[in-house]
Amino acid sequence: MISQASAAVERFFSTENRYLPPIFITLILLVGQVSFGVLESFSRTLLAIGTAIVFELVLTKLIYHKFPVLASAYITGISVGILIRSPEFWPYALTSAIAITSKYVIRWRGRHLWNPSNFAICAMLLIAPEFIATLSIQWGNTVWPMLVVWVLGAFITWRVKRFHITATYVGSFIALAGVRTLITGHPFLAEVAPITGPMYQLFIFFMITDPKTTVKSKVGQCLVAFFVAVAEMMFRLAQNVDAPYFALTVVGPVAMILDIWMSSRKPVAATAAAAVAFPK
Amino acid sequence: MRIALAFLFVVLLAAPLVYKRVRAHNVASQAGLTQASVLSRYGFSFEESSKAAGIDFKHTCPKLDAKLQHIMPQVASMGAAVSVVDFDRDGWADIYVVNGGEGSRNALYRNQHDGTFRDAAAEVGLADVNQPGTGISTGAVWGDYDNDGYEDVLIYKWGKPELYHNDGGKHFTRVTEQAGLPKWVNANTAIWFDYDGDGKLDLFIGGYYPEDVDLWHLKTTKIMPESFEYAQNGGRKYLFHNLGNGKFEEVSEKLGIKSRRWALASVAADLRGTGYPDLFVANDYGVSELYLNEGGKYFREAGKETGIGYAPKSGMSAAVGDVLNEGRFGVYVSNISEEGVLVQGNNLWMPQAGHSAAEPHYENLANSMAVELAGWSFGVQFGDFNNDGFEDLYVTNGNVSLDRKRSYWYDYSKVAGGNKSIISDAANWPPLDGRSLSGYQQKRVFMNDGSGQFKEVAQLVGVTDVYDGRSVALADFGNRGALDAVVANQNGPVLFYRNTVSPGNHWIEFKLEGQASNRSAIGAQVRVFWNGQQQLQEVSGGSGFCAQNDRRLHFGLGKISGIDHVEVRWPSGKTQTLRSPKVDENHKIMEPL
Repeated sequence: MISQASAAVERFFSTENRYLPPIFITLILLVGQVSFGVLESFSRTLLAIGTAIVFELVLTKLIYHKFPVLASAYITGISVGILIRSPEFWPYALTSAIAITSKYVIRWRGRHLWNPSNFAICAMLLIAPEFIATLSIQWGNTVWPMLVVWVLGAFITWRVKRFHITATYVGSFIALAGVRTLITGHPFLAEVAPITGPMYQLFIFFMITDPKTTVKSKVGQCLVAFFVAVAEMMFRLAQNVDAPYFALTVVGPVAMILDIWMSSRKPVAATAAAAVAFPK
Repeated sequence: MRIALAFLFVVLLAAPLVYKRVRAHNVASQAGLTQASVLSRYGFSFEESSKAAGIDFKHTCPKLDAKLQHIMPQVASMGAAVSVVDFDRDGWADIYVVNGGEGSRNALYRNQHDGTFRDAAAEVGLADVNQPGTGISTGAVWGDYDNDGYEDVLIYKWGKPELYHNDGGKHFTRVTEQAGLPKWVNANTAIWFDYDGDGKLDLFIGGYYPEDVDLWHLKTTKIMPESFEYAQNGGRKYLFHNLGNGKFEEVSEKLGIKSRRWALASVAADLRGTGYPDLFVANDYGVSELYLNEGGKYFREAGKETGIGYAPKSGMSAAVGDVLNEGRFGVYVSNISEEGVLVQGNNLWMPQAGHSAAEPHYENLANSMAVELAGWSFGVQFGDFNNDGFEDLYVTNGNVSLDRKRSYWYDYSKVAGGNKSIISDAANWPPLDGRSLSGYQQKRVFMNDGSGQFKEVAQLVGVTDVYDGRSVALADFGNRGALDAVVANQNGPVLFYRNTVSPGNHWIEFKLEGQASNRSAIGAQVRVFWNGQQQLQEVSGGSGFCAQNDRRLHFGLGKISGIDHVEVRWPSGKTQTLRSPKVDENHKIMEPL
């Protein structure tokens, strides 16, 4: 009996469980909302999730003639619902719609190049900045909620074999914050401050670890995380408020194209072995 | 299929661009209207007339402790304020504006009855009140605390709050010590109200920075909010109960007001029909608070219970208005919206149907009523500018206007998202370095169509300034049935927007004077019934951002030339009914004994 329960727990926290990341992100959402009201509103977030799921269902059915696993669309929708803020309803639906559609439109050799929600948020920031902003506030004024998220997030990403990406990015961000301090003369704590905010928790645990839009080798993943941090530094030096999103938008597809190109030159078996277990 | 998919993708990306283009076209088609067209279309127009009116006042900012030098324009970004009072009882509304530079002078513009004003502050003893060491004025509220018929004034400060007694409209005597006011409060809001209905005006003062912080002599740079949206390390709140002998007793904690949020605005109104004024406090860096008045004996903070206390924003201003002519107040709170960076949106808290008046629940309808986005909003006031029978809304805005091309927003958002230990220390804040922070913003005048929709018409009706607006006060300065607006700008001039109303719409005004109630009649409610509808207004002891409208209540009536009746409910609980009072007149009403 005990061994059955233990096996069930093991299965739940395994890389085979496609629903682990959605469950975790939902947990973050609920904790954030109940504790600090981070959402613009439940209805707007539900609209983002609903739109993502509907688009995923319809597009997969139309193109591949099958029903998709909806975990990925759910993550996209909930990320949009948390990460953007707008007094209007339509940007939530539109951002989700752009995100899901981008997966099917912008593809190369069978893979999509951008993290869907990241791409859609950047697109909206560029074409409709009057109507949306990104989440840039705190979760409370103490470090405890962040610690809870960090511990849980680290555990989950470790279980799904993605923690090295998060760790590389966080380490790079902190080191490069020191570089920015040297360049700008601003206090080091001011440069480090953004990573203590909720936006970054979603970014470091979900966006940059997205298996469909990261390269396959472990070293490559760490390199990409580092270059995202470097690109982010450049955007920050240009005083871009949404630096992490744009950094990932720029670095992500370049890395993907390189990865796909390099994979195409390797034997098929090696490529297959590097497949990851995250949901689509 | 691929082509169809690509087409769908392009359509999705293009949708916001098309939406923006259509919207811009609609606005452009209305630009360039002549005043006659504006009057015929909107029923009113404003003309900035400070020079013609003899109002020549420029606000100056303080120079605080050198430790704040790197962010001085941001820290010293508040203090311009305006309040309206008939201080000499001549029946014409006068204007008091405060200044912020050390040693600068406040001004009291006496109404000359001919469309002009003359500064009488020095003459009556209300000019030289910003001496170094005493702090600087951040606002003034008027109320007849001793019921002698003349409006006294509390000048609140980042510094020592000062109470001046009005000696027959000719001179003001400082009575701060006798009154028992505290030595130092970094206040950005104060209001007069009679919370216990004893006929004597009480006083609420809301602290912003903690009261042990002297911004000119800092012991530490750890004076900033501990969070951008959850800060509770601000100044304390004071509730002074009027003892009736020129003395006040501080009772805030005893009566349940213990908050240390960063208060920027407060407004009192009887939101539940209990006969006792409730207290709404808009806080910067956090949620608003609603203190329900339990029979004048206790205040119960009911922000969460009533729905207004969940989403933390940057509350800058608060005003009440009967937006839908239902005989119930909504509360409008201004916040910050900056394109692409922070879109908090302003709040219009409307009482939800299905809840009893005694236990109200509010819903934010700012978005659906189209009054949500107004930049970095500060002062707001409700008033019927075109006399069509519905209360419109004036919103001024703009935070720090320096270099037009360089913005501080990136650095501001960087530190604002940081942990408590980072954000609360001014030393961690990157230098402003001459950059603007939501500067040069266009103001908003929202015209109420009466059906729950507002239309933004500021540029079209003549409100075209882009100063850093702070405080707005409304009054019919010409006694002609038109609400004018006075705007105090930070580090800028006082603007006098004279209102021209299209003929045809009618109006009625009421100047109330209490007898059993406080003589200023603050808290008295007037309901005008006409044409199958009613509108509720309440005499206020301060509203908006550091502002106070004229105590005289102005009602627009539309085309209807007669009204059914008017009900007055005095703070004493007495009620009075006026049958078919004449329209297009200013009525003086004395509380019956």
